Amino acid sequence: MSMVVLSWSLTLAQLFLALAITCAAIRVIIGPRAQDRVLGVDTVYTNTLLLILTFGIRHGSALYFEAALIMALCGFVATAALSKFLMRGEVIE
Amino acid sequence: MNGLPDLPAWAAIAVAICVLIGSGFTLIGAIGLLRLETLYQRVHAPTIGSSFGVAFISAATIICFSALRSTLALGAVLVFVFLTLTMPAGLILLARAALFRDRAEGRIDVPPMRVAESDEA
Repeated sequence: MSMVVLSWSLTLAQLFLALAITCAAIRVIIGPRAQDRVLGVDTVYTNTLLLILTFGIRHGSALYFEAALIMALCGFVATAALSKFLMRGEVIE
Repeated sequence: MNGLPDLPAWAAIAVAICVLIGSGFTLIGAIGLLRLETLYQRVHAPTIGSSFGVAFISAATIICFSALRSTLALGAVLVFVFLTLTMPAGLILLARAALFRDRAEGRIDVPPMRVAESDEA
């Protein structure tokens, strides 16, 4: 019984997270300016990380942690580099 | 059912509640990102997903793997700590870049530079 509840709640949570990724992707597409798109990409990164963690719970495998950590790292580096680019026009001066 | 781990009942219910609450917060944050008016309002919305959403889903992961292996599995704390440290830093960088661009374009709806800042520049 409790496993059925867990399975359905994981499915519902993955649906919520997929909808959240869709909202952020729409923000990336409609813009209207470059900084809005960077914010959307950052949100897509975070929400995908959460989706990967829920996949880890569903499959009972700890390998998904490492993927989530690398995703967090890449998201931060991407946001920092893109902000620097928007501010100065170059990433490394 | 599709490879779900065999958890005890209390752990399964706790994981289900944590995962639902966390993904709900994340969805609310993403809807806010889509609906708010200006960039300076929109910057606040996704942070609810990267604080409460990550906290609850990390808690669910910790409960799940601790119950599976009968030891304390704290791997997901790393994800939570890392995101809590880096998310504000990245968003502050982004907001400052946006403010810089808006001021450079001479928009009137952003706050002007302070005296100390303009002296430095």
